[in-house]
Amino acid sequence: MELKSNVPDGPLETKWERHKFNMKLVNPSNKRKYKVLVVGTGLAGGAAAASMAELGYQVECFCYQDSPRRAHSIAAQGGINAAKNYHNDGDSVMRLFYDTIKGGDFRAREANVYRLAEVSNDIIDQCVAQGVPFAREYGGLLDNRSFGGAQVSRTFYARGQTGQQLLLGAYQALQRQIGLGTVKMHTRHEMQELIVIDGVAKGIVTRNMVTGEVRSHMGDAVVLATGGYGNVMHLATYAKGCNATAIWRAYKKGAAFANPCYTQIHPTCIPVTGDHQSKLTLMSESLRNDGRIWVPTKAGDKRPVDQIPENERDYYLERKYPSYGNLAPRDISSRAAKQVCDAGLGVGDTGRGVYLDFSEATQRLGAHKIEEKYGNLFEMYERITGEDPYKVPMRIYPATHYTMGGLWVDYNLMSTIPGLFVLGEANFSDHGANRLGASALMQGLSDGYFVAPYTVGNYLAGIKPGTRPSEDHPEAKAAEAEVQGRTQRILGIDGKETPTHFHRELGHILWEHCGMARNDQGLHKALDVLPELRQRFWENVKVPGSGADVNQSLELAGRVADFLELGELMCRDALERKESCGGHFREEWQTEEGEAQRDDEHFCHVAAWEYTGEGQAPKRHVEELAFENVHLATRSYK
Amino acid sequence: MSEKLINVTLKVWRQKNAQAAGNFVTYEAKDVSVDMSFLEMLDVVNEDLILKGEEPITTDNDCREGICGQCGVVVNGRPHGPRHRTTTCQLHMRSFKSGDVITIEPFRAKAFPIIKDLMVDRSAFDRIIAAGGFITAPTGSAPDANSTPVPKKCSDLAFDAAACIGCGACVAACPNASAMLFVSAKISQLALLPQGQPERYTRVRDMIAQMDAEEFGTCTNHGECESACPKGVSLENIARMNRDFIKASLTYRPEVAGGGVG
Repeated sequence: MELKSNVPDGPLETKWERHKFNMKLVNPSNKRKYKVLVVGTGLAGGAAAASMAELGYQVECFCYQDSPRRAHSIAAQGGINAAKNYHNDGDSVMRLFYDTIKGGDFRAREANVYRLAEVSNDIIDQCVAQGVPFAREYGGLLDNRSFGGAQVSRTFYARGQTGQQLLLGAYQALQRQIGLGTVKMHTRHEMQELIVIDGVAKGIVTRNMVTGEVRSHMGDAVVLATGGYGNVMHLATYAKGCNATAIWRAYKKGAAFANPCYTQIHPTCIPVTGDHQSKLTLMSESLRNDGRIWVPTKAGDKRPVDQIPENERDYYLERKYPSYGNLAPRDISSRAAKQVCDAGLGVGDTGRGVYLDFSEATQRLGAHKIEEKYGNLFEMYERITGEDPYKVPMRIYPATHYTMGGLWVDYNLMSTIPGLFVLGEANFSDHGANRLGASALMQGLSDGYFVAPYTVGNYLAGIKPGTRPSEDHPEAKAAEAEVQGRTQRILGIDGKETPTHFHRELGHILWEHCGMARNDQGLHKALDVLPELRQRFWENVKVPGSGADVNQSLELAGRVADFLELGELMCRDALERKESCGGHFREEWQTEEGEAQRDDEHFCHVAAWEYTGEGQAPKRHVEELAFENVHLATRSYK
Repeated sequence: MSEKLINVTLKVWRQKNAQAAGNFVTYEAKDVSVDMSFLEMLDVVNEDLILKGEEPITTDNDCREGICGQCGVVVNGRPHGPRHRTTTCQLHMRSFKSGDVITIEPFRAKAFPIIKDLMVDRSAFDRIIAAGGFITAPTGSAPDANSTPVPKKCSDLAFDAAACIGCGACVAACPNASAMLFVSAKISQLALLPQGQPERYTRVRDMIAQMDAEEFGTCTNHGECESACPKGVSLENIARMNRDFIKASLTYRPEVAGGGVG
């Protein structure tokens, strides 16, 4: 396997412009002869499907939900970054590029990140034209805020529902194409296998989640925009249905999986209450703009908040990171919360929580201003916890929120399987070892609206129109048989433990040994117990019902089966990356102050894993990262 | 901790598929933590059913944080349950007390056929959006985002309408199974913004035509939709839609623009 990044030559600032000119175009009358399959309808998939249909390609689009509008991009709250510099505070494409590279702890590809910063401005224009109701100033112009570790105000937002509004914009563009007949939409369909013919991606196998029908769909190119794999942890901020099956099937068919150990833990989630917990809810980190994070200075202090005097409170982020304070990046804030809880200073019934306090901001700005800015988040918190955050401080704790790792892609967003493109969170490309706040929406829409429509076209221009294989191709039939075989195998086990049971156990192992902090011993332990758990799954899982109609436990079992394998790859990757960077914190590599210590000499690279067969160790490949435009610095947020 | 655990009786609508007849089945849910969400309580009931070899209760849900709109059942006669402005997934068991009998049914409407148990088909909503619930703005064609200022008030009102999550509770709550709150929310959002003006009157005609074709009922001002809406979408939107629809109906004339030569 060769990892060719295909980054264009020449100066950083003009790479994308020149690449766009050098790419081949498809003759307008030929476009309708090509079919593109798009899996996933979040910001990346929805935007890509709509944009490519507008260009004239035939598009077929798939999602597991009942409507494309449900994709989990909808839950993003905080905002979307762009280098518009509308606030005249010194922002620029170069600065957004630099912040993203630095935030990613110098583990992302320069050229991709620069392109992301460059097209960020087009995204805002596009969304406003679609009717996305961004927040505005009284003069009618767009408002911005500073967000998660940025020192400029570059984040565009729509109250606390930015993801929802951006997704509905993309969804409406997609529905328009569906109405025009240029996109054929398949809802309640789950991709179960990738069809590869002569080394090239030519189709997918789906299971209709209502009728159970397993069938092939053939395309000239396949686009996966199926999101991240954070649900591998069982408890995460992802939607219940989010899963890694599509990218995992592609991995097992030859697509390299890059940096699986780069997972992001988000500092501001609502703490776990008990074993029944099914998911965690994120509170936008915009809350950290006005909320102050603290714990009591004495371990085991169970006094109500109003009885803890000011001098017995430790505002530990403000103390440790005076220049960034409560806005320190996500990985740093999360680890700091874990450290104080490990030291017995945590609050709430479980002791796994810290306070996020708005009393000072309420005095400074007035309660009405706080309500205007965060009203929906306060309501959400109250609904879940039964506590009123206007009266008592919120309790928060970190949770898995995003995965920076994903399928390896080149500059064109094409994986190591020709014809297979990977967009959004499903790929690894832009965030390095840690993603900055308000950058996920930017990347999803950048890939979907402004990158894939060009690069997929360039790929199609090299394929003779009308050569798409039929659904009767032996490879398609073989892939269908694989899916049916797997389904029957799961249904036939009739063991004694539920799929959820296995999922929870997997989550415990990974959170413990491959979560916020990792070490050699723990990772070895995980690698010992995971194969046993997997074996037990295949001997003892219990899934009632049949495969011929709606069967939600069957769906979950299939996803958990893939998570069990993926979890192992995460641990393997974490073990091999003998340094700390961004979301990957190896306890053996930290500074005296407990900060992540990178090893640029040995690990300034992307690790991409190649599947080598059942029961065999995957092969680790390396793409060296060259930094020609930024100086590798140690992140400091002090 | 005893006050944190309750016992409730569930009467759940079970229906094998769209063609089969359905019926209520009673389940006892014991030692339910009041910190559980309503769906987590169902998860626990389902775990027991699976271990007994019975099929678990099928229900649609995904984000479990009140924003995707995929969840929604009728709890004790109310879409999404007893808590005001709260989706089913955000409802918590502290809204109930020990000994309660909780009746759980799917959203019922002719335009929302049942797929299985509590899961219904709401694809009619997608078809209404496809008929006109958008602004035609192909990728790449947009002017600079600040080239058209939008008065903050219009933008805020547009946002209020855009908060709709497309769950369908409005339809389930309406005695006529009308979809007018859903349809008017999208029409209002786009009609309030300058970007939505060029298609304003064709949009309202096209979306309402599709709404009728899907066999949703008509609005007779009961207001149940607004009270059931988890996002507080206002009846004012229906009034706005009606004004636009009347204007569109009175002024509409099919015309074909003459093309230039060349």
